[in-house]
Amino acid sequence: MYDIDPSRTDLVAEFRKNPGGPYSSELALVVNRLRVMPMTDRHILVCTRRGRQWTLAKMPRERGTKLELYEDRVFDDYHEGTWELFRLRWKTVTGEDPA
Amino acid sequence: MKKVLGYTNAWSVTPGETIRVMVSTYGPERYRADLVRVICGDDEPDRDIYREEEIEAPFSGEYPGRTQPIGAGSYAVVPDSPSLAGLESFTVQAWVWPTTPGKGEQGLITRWRDDPAGGFALLIDDSGALAMRVGDGRGGVVEIGTGEPLAARRWYLVSGSYDAAAKELSVRQDPIMSPLESLKAADATREVELSAIADVGAPLMFAAFPATLSTGKAAAQRHYNGKIDRPRLIGRALSAAEGLAVAWDAMPHERNTQVVAAWDFSRDIGGDAISDSGPNGLHGRTVNVPSRGCKGHNWSGAEQNWRHLPQEYGAIHFHDDDLYDAGWEADFEYAVPNDLRSGVYAVRLRADDDEWYVTFFVRPPRGTTTSKLAFLASTATYMAYANYHWMMHERYCEATESFWTTLDKGDVFLQEHNEFGLSTYDTHSDGSGVRYASRLRPVLNMAPKTPLWSFNPDTHILGWLEEKGIEYDVITDEDLHHEGVGLLDSYRAVLTGTHPEYYTTPMLDGLRAYLARRGRLIYLGGNGFIWRCAFSPEMPGMLELRRAEDGIRYRDEEPGEYYLEFTGEFGGLWRRLGMAPQALVGVGTVAVGFDVSGYYRRQEASFDPRAGFIFEGIGADEAIGDFGILGGGASGSEIDAVNPMLGTPSHALVVASSEGHSANTYLVPDETGFHHCAMDGAQNPDIRADMTFFETPGGGAVFSVGSIAWGASLPHNGFDNNVARISENVVRRFLDDTPFPMPG
Repeated sequence: MYDIDPSRTDLVAEFRKNPGGPYSSELALVVNRLRVMPMTDRHILVCTRRGRQWTLAKMPRERGTKLELYEDRVFDDYHEGTWELFRLRWKTVTGEDPA
Repeated sequence: MKKVLGYTNAWSVTPGETIRVMVSTYGPERYRADLVRVICGDDEPDRDIYREEEIEAPFSGEYPGRTQPIGAGSYAVVPDSPSLAGLESFTVQAWVWPTTPGKGEQGLITRWRDDPAGGFALLIDDSGALAMRVGDGRGGVVEIGTGEPLAARRWYLVSGSYDAAAKELSVRQDPIMSPLESLKAADATREVELSAIADVGAPLMFAAFPATLSTGKAAAQRHYNGKIDRPRLIGRALSAAEGLAVAWDAMPHERNTQVVAAWDFSRDIGGDAISDSGPNGLHGRTVNVPSRGCKGHNWSGAEQNWRHLPQEYGAIHFHDDDLYDAGWEADFEYAVPNDLRSGVYAVRLRADDDEWYVTFFVRPPRGTTTSKLAFLASTATYMAYANYHWMMHERYCEATESFWTTLDKGDVFLQEHNEFGLSTYDTHSDGSGVRYASRLRPVLNMAPKTPLWSFNPDTHILGWLEEKGIEYDVITDEDLHHEGVGLLDSYRAVLTGTHPEYYTTPMLDGLRAYLARRGRLIYLGGNGFIWRCAFSPEMPGMLELRRAEDGIRYRDEEPGEYYLEFTGEFGGLWRRLGMAPQALVGVGTVAVGFDVSGYYRRQEASFDPRAGFIFEGIGADEAIGDFGILGGGASGSEIDAVNPMLGTPSHALVVASSEGHSANTYLVPDETGFHHCAMDGAQNPDIRADMTFFETPGGGAVFSVGSIAWGASLPHNGFDNNVARISENVVRRFLDDTPFPMPG
């Protein structure tokens, strides 16, 4: 599996600049790596107002249980929300906060 | 997050009929209900295209709220009988194939009451081992277990006996031995200190313990996941050897007069009846549609079709998350008035700061049409996607769809509420694929103001029809299934939605017959006419599919179980059944991709006079649909192309083809015999949508865009764009009575 190099701040900067893609081939590998993390405890977004508001959430461990909604982590720009997902997952994989 | 939900007993209604509306609230003490006509359900605020029209209705008003429970999980039940009540010594046995033996206590065969405890239960205990429990009805309970956990997905003969004379309780599990692994048989016996086992007067249940919902309705709990085959009840405590003799005997009551019941689940496949082949007729029924037509303990592999060798398909596969009918009480009814125009409607429910739309479809009065154009709502597909959980369950969903998981409020509710049931894209809690989908429950993705897939993007087409002043009737897949070509015959043209994916045999036959006569079909979608499905003739509102062989299956189908139980037909892709969509509409699925959509370029055939009407007002070099809500283009999500080998008519004109597809758009599995490194839209020349037109000998015609994203380009620039123009050109010509002449 692709191993993310935490020193590649250039890839972080590329995502920050163009979070919706398309991505360079190297950044695409990073994004794919961050998108195949286990479902359990995966950070996601919940659309809490159509087209206007997204809230950070974390998937639960079991079916039929509540996901964790971070009501203090609300975004009025969808791409700001995806940057938060990128950041948190990068940190989970590499142990380092890319922000 | 969701505070109010509901459903109706029918999705398709005709004026003069009455529908029942079932509502549940989650917190609020009151809710308001109103009727609206759905015109465009896309509520993204920046697009400003959402439209609904409030309609006066007698039911409009405030109602008291209440939470209505759902008893999900399948089981079978046999009504109480003197044959059950008179038992003293007895043995219960069955062949079982547990799929989650470690999930906690699960009832296998029970005649039990929890409080005060009484009766008997053969069960899987908390350790995953077989156990037998008896109770005296006054709270005295004795239980014995084998202590040996059952292995998942292995067949066992399991039995429990009570010897009233010896006051002994026994339990035994015997695996069908494999030459490759060593599974342990185990048994145990203990003394029973109880004075007697209580006759609790309860029904006998398979795959669960009895329960009562908060409404007082009988239900079940502690469900078993897995198969049960040939359960038997014998009026004596059998030895191990006697038990084996009964278990392997197809008709044990012919040789053992103490057999009380010998259930044969190979009978009645396709329905909810279960039959006792023994002398007492202890017949019963299943609840919540467990899977039938399933391989039994004796499946040899010699036959793949349950109809050819039913005695090897005697198993029922139960799941703790199966659901047929939510069974809510109706809050109110609505008699559809004779003057209500055909269309898509919804009961709009509002409670506190939440709202929900219970969507249904109103046909013209039976036997009549009120327009020359019919919009064929893809209700079979809406059912297949009903309460889709893939984004919450599938690890690779983001990599498949090139997105970051973004759930809707409805998804969040479903994640917390397993009892609302799954979609045919999901897996059960035991990992097996979901084969059945019901509309008799709230469907959280079949409403306006929901994400743009399946139902809601079809309202882009409705919104466009309204914007252009094109009159239409609404009919549904279920109507086509039941009424065939007669439903379509009076329409000059039929218009599909964006994704008419699932077709029963009668639906396909009806559509083909319509085209063979003089019909005209406008296919404004992609990945259509792909999978065979079936509607239950016995259980209204229940759809079945089995994802045989290949295609985008989402999950494996169980080998040996590719035949639909409702019809006995082989399931899978219509392409694999010899009726590829190319032979119906000229094009069939080639690729899927969800990040960036492409656009069309006119091909040489577009300048053929036969196709002139399509491109009136369209420039020769114009990019068609290089805009849109789904991926920024009209050719995307799931796209179709011609293939003469699969039946594209020889005179079909490919008038435009798409380009600009992304590296995240891939060939579908049925389009490639071997994976390779050029399977994506950036490299593969076969990845394209073909806009196709052809005439039929009866004076009819077919126009196909072969793209799900097409409809989402219609609203661009106030519905004034070349996608909308081409669509309108086609609809207006198809509604013209002038026959289409065949070329040559």
